[in-house]
Amino acid sequence: MADNNHSKGRRNFMATTVQSTGLAVLGGMLWSGYADSVKASPLVLRPPGALAEKDFLTACIKCGLCAEACVNRDTNVDKETGKQRPGTLQMAKGGDSLLIGTPFFVPTEVPCYMCEDIPCVPVCPSGALDMPSLLNEKEELDINKATMGLAVVHKESCIAFWGIQCDACYRACPLLDVAITLEYVKNERTGKHAFLLPIVQDHACTGCGLCEQACVTEEPAIFVLPNDIAKGKAGDHYVKGWDVKDQERVAEAKGQETTTERSTKDAGDYLNMEVEY
Amino acid sequence: MNNIKYLLLRRTTQIGLMFLYFSANAYGWNILAGTFGTSYIFGVIPLADPYTTLQVLATGFVLGADVLFGAAIITLFYFVVGGRAFCSWVCPINMVTDLANWLRRKLNLDKEEVNYRFLKRSARYWIMVVGIIVSALIGVAAFEVVSPITIMQRGIVFGFGMGAAVVLTIFLFDLFGVKNGWCGHLCPLGASYSLIGQYSLIRVKHNADTCTACMDCKVVCPENQVLHMVSKESISVTDGECTNCGRCVDVCNDNALEFGIRSFIKTGGNK
Repeated sequence: MADNNHSKGRRNFMATTVQSTGLAVLGGMLWSGYADSVKASPLVLRPPGALAEKDFLTACIKCGLCAEACVNRDTNVDKETGKQRPGTLQMAKGGDSLLIGTPFFVPTEVPCYMCEDIPCVPVCPSGALDMPSLLNEKEELDINKATMGLAVVHKESCIAFWGIQCDACYRACPLLDVAITLEYVKNERTGKHAFLLPIVQDHACTGCGLCEQACVTEEPAIFVLPNDIAKGKAGDHYVKGWDVKDQERVAEAKGQETTTERSTKDAGDYLNMEVEY
Repeated sequence: MNNIKYLLLRRTTQIGLMFLYFSANAYGWNILAGTFGTSYIFGVIPLADPYTTLQVLATGFVLGADVLFGAAIITLFYFVVGGRAFCSWVCPINMVTDLANWLRRKLNLDKEEVNYRFLKRSARYWIMVVGIIVSALIGVAAFEVVSPITIMQRGIVFGFGMGAAVVLTIFLFDLFGVKNGWCGHLCPLGASYSLIGQYSLIRVKHNADTCTACMDCKVVCPENQVLHMVSKESISVTDGECTNCGRCVDVCNDNALEFGIRSFIKTGGNK
């Protein structure tokens, strides 16, 4: 009888263990799925110095010190009323479709004013905002080194591309004539005017969004996109033959023989081939 | 007023701390800035939540020294002094679940003892471990994605948005679902503080000689399994799941429960 009880107890214990483990795995999978989906929100602008989005999401401890430093900086007062303005950095809330509790900014609401002392970065305790990435050769904090995103111009809605004179974004840019330059092109339509076309310079644009906020069109024709989305990538196998530095990249490279199998079709066949859907 | 002394003290502490956190953002005060993830006292002394820190470390990211130092300070404080006091003296969700619990009693929702087959009080330890594993798997601190605690705290400091729905969910779950459902069954943060605070000094002491076995303490206690000694033995409440909230001390009319310093020396049957 005692033996029977003993084995019954053991069976119960086994069943409970299996059940608990099963539930833990089930819960863990649901949890992973949910967490994985909420972190997949690439259309977001992060504070200056933020690590690459994937690493940033890992590193950010969601303390909000950056946002507090941003809104409470001495310079953040309305010059006319003397009252404090809203800060650039917001903390993602439920409903923002972003990883909750992480800092971000929306240029059309409040752009990044590119403070010289960058108050938001040194306060970051976790390392999600990487201070060394913003240091210049003199080891000083330099906001011009920020790469929060890249401004992109939609030519069709930009009225400067229509031939109307507008340089709102050009003048709003904190890196005047450096990050956005004006290209003069003859307006063939009128024959006697010039286009003053805003051209964003990738190497200089920090993604602060002042241009996006300044844009006069109903929906901004110039807007900041996260680097991952705004930029393409040619790939390492393209080597600029005219660039000595780029040539050095492949100085050590050894040749590799490859053969591509010859197509058995003749040119007439594939030129007349219908497009396959 | 004697029977709400610790309750008032707790609410003052909770609301006071939340006000300081709020003021750091709203008025630029420097007394207590940040949120539970990491905060600073006077901009100098870092504090960090140990479980959050552990989740980020589990992803493989090497956190800044301040966070690690802050987590050590918090761990040490609750290990030596406070026990699970974070839950009842600091955490803002505690006010929500306490309200739900109080309403349950007022609405007589507790009359039937329900046996939740799948939801045991030990679930929180499983969730705590699974949270670490999920963090490692997906590369993001997993509990922080869903934590109603920091959602509520950030709500107070930065504005709620849809985060209010999360807080309401917890409230309704505790009110109409499981008694002490969140804090007593699910919350992995509370679980981590239960483990950290197991040996802490401040403890509720029970005096079985004056106890009249009215069991008022067990009615109000959110973790009443820790009060197993009531009316039986004159010992301290040593279970780490006790939140040191002091409600039992408040409601006891027999002076049979009082805060005290835990004694690690066995007194051999003496009180």
